[in-house]
Amino acid sequence: MATKSLKGRVHALAESSKQLTFLSNGIFAPGGLPTFKEKLETLPADALRPKKLEILQMNLGYMCNQVCAHCHVDAGPDRKEMMSRETLSYCLQILKQTPVTTLDLTGGAPEMHPDFRWFVAEAASIGVEDFIVRSNLTILRANKKYYDLPHFFKKHGIHVVSSLPFYKKEKTDRQRGEGVFSQSIQALQALNDVGYGQQGSKLLLDLVYNPSGAFLPANQQALEHDFKKALKKDFDIDFHRLFTITNLPISRFLEYLIASENYEDYMHRLVEAFNPAAVANVMCTNTLSVGWDGSLYDCDFNQMLDLKVASPVQHIKDFDLAQLQAREICISQHCYGCTAGAGSSCQGSVL
Amino acid sequence: MNTPYYQSQDLKKFKNISDWSPELGEKFFEYYASVFEESALTAREKSLIALAVAHTVQCPYCIDAYTQDGLERGIDKQEMMEAVHVAAAIRGGASLVHGVQMMEVYQKRSM
Repeated sequence: MATKSLKGRVHALAESSKQLTFLSNGIFAPGGLPTFKEKLETLPADALRPKKLEILQMNLGYMCNQVCAHCHVDAGPDRKEMMSRETLSYCLQILKQTPVTTLDLTGGAPEMHPDFRWFVAEAASIGVEDFIVRSNLTILRANKKYYDLPHFFKKHGIHVVSSLPFYKKEKTDRQRGEGVFSQSIQALQALNDVGYGQQGSKLLLDLVYNPSGAFLPANQQALEHDFKKALKKDFDIDFHRLFTITNLPISRFLEYLIASENYEDYMHRLVEAFNPAAVANVMCTNTLSVGWDGSLYDCDFNQMLDLKVASPVQHIKDFDLAQLQAREICISQHCYGCTAGAGSSCQGSVL
Repeated sequence: MNTPYYQSQDLKKFKNISDWSPELGEKFFEYYASVFEESALTAREKSLIALAVAHTVQCPYCIDAYTQDGLERGIDKQEMMEAVHVAAAIRGGASLVHGVQMMEVYQKRSM
């Protein structure tokens, strides 16, 4: 398993333009599989349009203590990109001015940002309805300075959404690195200890499942049942919901698909599973994603492909809701990942 | 001359069997879909049964399909291998239980 990001390894796929070129050729060349644009053209013209903005997702930076094999962010300890205090302040202003109901912090490991605690306290005081921090769990056990994070999260009413690819060690460690499973279990127990994940508790603890390979996620409800049963029985862990997320062919997951010769079969599978009903509810319809440098994107995936919003407004400092709502959503073949089967978003399946 | 009899891409063409007999093909696929629906047995249990049977009938398409189906359902490799052993045990047992017949014929014909 790689210990550095694609960027750190100076891999060709570290360039987003190379990824986009790859995704538009080969099996998607004329005469091959339909491109996502062609597929959308079979639906009503307004099938994929921005609706009411509900979620502001902020990527605080690409630094992470893990180097997961499937990471679409290409995050890792060697990534130094971090959101500046100035950009964080712009985001706070937007939170005050707009009807956004969900603030969603992601990374990398957002907890590693030096201004993380300051920002969380400030944003929490604004009173957003649902304040999510996406935690990789191991960061809570990575260093003593993070041990009190469960208490910190509780104090600010944070909704914790944690990655846990499987309820058994082997699959988890193969995707996320040796030792990740046992550290994740300790972190979940620490969150449970302060009241997270308990039935009826307002301290929400949700888990995220990504398939650990070139296959689609199963039915979310069925997997949630299996996760709950196994984690309770083996580790006495409680959580609220499980979100199943399809791996998109971007960055390190794209690298894996190509290296394992699974790319073509996987893309065939995504195209075959295209579900028109999922299109209406994909996350780019109600979300804006803010990059570490303040640039705006339709989603975190477009951010990693450097597909900025198709709008005169391209930076958080120039935020204009009406102009942004009028934009077209940028698409490429990776979008098939969000419309396959029951659909996929950062809040799990969309149907 | 080197084309193998079985080709993995043929699995994607399974539905084509309806082309030459639409009515029977459609009936079959409708029946197939109903069989795998969640009912008294869970869809997960049915997937494991299918995987075991796939090994018994030695169908490479079915093994491919139900290994992937199992992965998607969160069935792990230990569970899959146990299912294959169930198939192997029944298959081996089916040979061995005929040993009783052999023993009876042997005893009858021997002094």
